[in-house]
Amino acid sequence: MRGRPHLYTSYSADQALMPTATKKVALATFLVLAVLAPIASSIPFYPDFLGNNDWMKLLSHVAIFGIGALGINLLTGVAGQVSLGHAFFMGLGAYVGVVFGAPPGDLWGLGLPMWIWLPMAGIIPAAIGLLVGPAAVRVRGLYLAFATLGLVFIGEWAWRNLKFITGGSFAGRRFPEFQLRMWKEEEPLVDFASDGVWLGFEISEEAKVYLLMLGLLVVATVLAKNLQRTRAGRAFQAIRDRDIAAEIMGVNEFKYKLMAFGISSAYAGVAGALFASFVGRQIPETWDLFLSVEFIAIILIGGAGTVSGALMGSAFVILLPRLVQDFTEWLSNVIADGEGLLATVADVVLSVSPDDFGVVNVLPGAGPGLSVFQLNQVLFGLLVILFMIFEPLGLYGIWLRIRNYWKGWPFTY
Amino acid sequence: MEILAQAEYSQLAGTIVSGLSLGTIYALLAMGFVIIFKATQVVNFAHGALATVGAFITAGVAVELNFPGRFLDLPPLLGWSISVVTALALSALVGILLERVFLRPMVGEDLFSVAIVTLGMNVILMTIVTDYIGPDPRSMADPWGDAAADLGFVIIAHTEIAQFLVAAALVLLVGVFFRSRTGVAMRATAFDQEAARAQGINVGVIFAIAWAIGAVLATVGGIFGSVYPRRIGVFPDTAFLVFRAFPAIILGGLDSVVGAVVGGLAVGVAEAAAGSYLNHPLFGTGFSGIVPYLVMMIVLFIRPYGIFGTEEVRRV
Repeated sequence: MRGRPHLYTSYSADQALMPTATKKVALATFLVLAVLAPIASSIPFYPDFLGNNDWMKLLSHVAIFGIGALGINLLTGVAGQVSLGHAFFMGLGAYVGVVFGAPPGDLWGLGLPMWIWLPMAGIIPAAIGLLVGPAAVRVRGLYLAFATLGLVFIGEWAWRNLKFITGGSFAGRRFPEFQLRMWKEEEPLVDFASDGVWLGFEISEEAKVYLLMLGLLVVATVLAKNLQRTRAGRAFQAIRDRDIAAEIMGVNEFKYKLMAFGISSAYAGVAGALFASFVGRQIPETWDLFLSVEFIAIILIGGAGTVSGALMGSAFVILLPRLVQDFTEWLSNVIADGEGLLATVADVVLSVSPDDFGVVNVLPGAGPGLSVFQLNQVLFGLLVILFMIFEPLGLYGIWLRIRNYWKGWPFTY
Repeated sequence: MEILAQAEYSQLAGTIVSGLSLGTIYALLAMGFVIIFKATQVVNFAHGALATVGAFITAGVAVELNFPGRFLDLPPLLGWSISVVTALALSALVGILLERVFLRPMVGEDLFSVAIVTLGMNVILMTIVTDYIGPDPRSMADPWGDAAADLGFVIIAHTEIAQFLVAAALVLLVGVFFRSRTGVAMRATAFDQEAARAQGINVGVIFAIAWAIGAVLATVGGIFGSVYPRRIGVFPDTAFLVFRAFPAIILGGLDSVVGAVVGGLAVGVAEAAAGSYLNHPLFGTGFSGIVPYLVMMIVLFIRPYGIFGTEEVRRV
């Protein structure tokens, strides 16, 4: 079918993961670049800063939230079941992971290797998801959002009180490190938790974790993308679009809603366990309503119902604070060493000294105006609102418009 | 003697009083939420932020601006009432502005998208108000303080008495409002926006009125949630009062004003009862805080559309 990208002569061609050569090349290039990011400084023309430990951490964070976002995307974006309970299942996954993975001590821990605790962090939340699922399936629409909101609060109470697992409100507990062992006390086969030399390159701990997360994200993405092409995936979409019509067409609503719940919880659990271990120490309050809202925002900003949207959304939401921080730092430097229009404008926006008025303050500690962290929160809320009002399809919609513009160029359609 | 005197107070009566006073707060918050939902088809997740902002404005007017105390020397109750009414007007304005700026462009979108917009509003409002409140709570400067009436078998704080009276008056007012011309117009809008427009009802104005009422009710709830015996002033986490009022809304049904009041009182009493009777170590700390959610989930399991809510008619 050379030269006719939209002519499909078989169902399998229509359903192909990568229908065009362009897509294949673009994805392959992106993956190669992503894998090479840790050794950015030794490759010409590659942006050096990506190889910094700071950025490696940020990108790992993006990958972890990407896995979580794929889960909520499946439930809310593909199957249309609005859930605010994602944080609960992430917490559940994290604590299942720590019980299996952490060494025995004051708090519960079995000290099992990563190839056991990580899958368990997916399996057990999925099982719990299937347990609470029947109740959730009965409830539809916004009532479901409220029911899952209750789940988050009940979960938070449980995490606070199960001190022998979670370490309680103030201390929290340490989560297992990323080390691949055969069994409990052996030397790790692959150690992601210390610096080392891989294939002749110095790879830092952060970069190793990044590569691990990248690998897991690729697996999670392929699974999620594939799921959408199966009978189950189509059933999810039919339920989202019109549940009664779907049932009339022979889709078992109960079964598939339950399935969506289970799979989404598994994704959430794995993401939660990875996130907890990635940060190292977590308190029970991590798994609060805001985390759920963040995930809903990620898929809406990215574009609900699309895999690429979920990934773009998580990159956007995680990287935005960093960009805002860099930008405000740059602005305060402009104020510090400059006259000129920009410095004047920046001076109005930023307050750099205690007696200086500004909307945003870059001083350490509390002062007049919003801190950079608070500025990020406000921007986050504002972005959610603006995307809902102006581009409900999110970043994916923006990408579609750009692509279609160039497809038809120089014509407008 | 002290201990004997203590024992004369009935724990049951005390629980019921504190439960009802908590319940009236929930009822006020739930009522505002339901009015906004019915009239404008907006599920307002920013209701908690509205309550917090409203209470913060009240503290600002009554303490920082010291209005009207800086001009007139009035008796405390009258002076405070004037500050509160001023603050209520300001919060109504906040509500109207929010609707006009963020939600008017979303008219006709599906419920979920609009709900997400209000979630975004919640984040923005809470961040800003948290920044302004800072680490110290702002006092409400209410005239009652921690005075309480001793009825022999139970102690009722004066704030609680005031709260019962105000809440009853507000419920009555809302009931009367729905029988007025504007109220009927609002009910028509709730029923069908386009048909209401065709009848010459200015739907935009109805939206503004609904948000004003919602903001006022939220503010009153926020104020009574921030005084003795609950709090010593406005904290940012006043918003969590509203998250606990959500179960009241669900219990009564998303679209029933009567249900909001009944649900609010029921949830309040359930929470207070759990607080005073379920204190076995097995329940851990803070169990009473999640009782509303447990009640909500049980109700949802039995009646997925609440007790007073209309069952959704599903068509293909």
